Amino acid sequence: MKLEILEALLRARAEKRSICLIRRLDDGGVSLWVDGEVVAGAPLEPELAPLVAAALREDRSRAVDTPRGRVFLEVINPPLRLVIVGAVHIAQPLVPMARLVGFQPVVVDPRRAFATEERFPDVELVAEWPDEALRALDLDRRTAVVTLTHDPKLDDPALEVALRSPAFYVGALGSRRTHTKRIARLRASGLADEEIARIHAPVGLDIGAVSPAEIALAILAEIVATLRGAPIPRTQPATETSP
Amino acid sequence: MSAVEEADILETAARWRREGRRVALATVVSTWGSSPRPPGSHLVVDENGRMRGSVSGGCIEGAVVQAAREVMQGGPPRLLEFGVSDEQAWEVGLACGGRVQVWVEAIT
Repeated sequence: MKLEILEALLRARAEKRSICLIRRLDDGGVSLWVDGEVVAGAPLEPELAPLVAAALREDRSRAVDTPRGRVFLEVINPPLRLVIVGAVHIAQPLVPMARLVGFQPVVVDPRRAFATEERFPDVELVAEWPDEALRALDLDRRTAVVTLTHDPKLDDPALEVALRSPAFYVGALGSRRTHTKRIARLRASGLADEEIARIHAPVGLDIGAVSPAEIALAILAEIVATLRGAPIPRTQPATETSP
Repeated sequence: MSAVEEADILETAARWRREGRRVALATVVSTWGSSPRPPGSHLVVDENGRMRGSVSGGCIEGAVVQAAREVMQGGPPRLLEFGVSDEQAWEVGLACGGRVQVWVEAIT
């Protein structure tokens, strides 16, 4: 592979584009696909285009066998992020867990008593109002957002921005009852029912979670299930207490 | 390994090449069974055998580095295959019993 192609790939990655590096294993031919078109290297055989699109959608690199030989499709999607609204006790285990699973965590909380470096070492902390913070974070389709504050003044503005963004997952901590009231408020502020229906609430897979770390695990499991397109049973609320 | 660390390996490959070193990039392209690294995992090697990343968690890197030296000296890109049975896998060090194909190419 030529250095120029590798450098073009690295530039596209820095710009958070969807990238597929296509290598033909019969002759070493390389094509660089960025945001739906070949930007460097050999032109793409038409039969490969749908395979490239599928690999990008499923976020999984793979080898494919074509009439002209084996081709490796290397998918490089923008990084996964988890925006956590509320520097609360559940956020503390959620940050390192998210990182282990491959997400870059960001914690948003305007309450400086909560959002301290002592409580959240080595993580991006944004001590701004959640709607401003989330707008500035430019939520993309590789971003998950979860609200944990239990305070409508903080959760609702975050949800309004998240639900109108391409974020692939939006979850909100709180009981069914809390969520019913939340739905009414979000409707009143002009969100459509389809937008509101995107909220995962009560948040997290039902694993009977009790402790903050267990609730963090349930939330992260639901985020991964959504990312990977696994079916999510939504019969029971995750165990959690809520004011 | 996260996507971010993988990106650093590609960055390393580009940087080493810009510095004028001979560089080869190994990439996992297929796995069967319980291979430790998924397709798209990278190992970058320079002419002095310095490396970053991994294609197997450590077990087949020796053979990959050997192929990497050949391609960075001007040889054509190569598709290597390791593993097959548990017994053979153990011999090349693929203790997990998986099978893995690795593409090795020079950065030119």
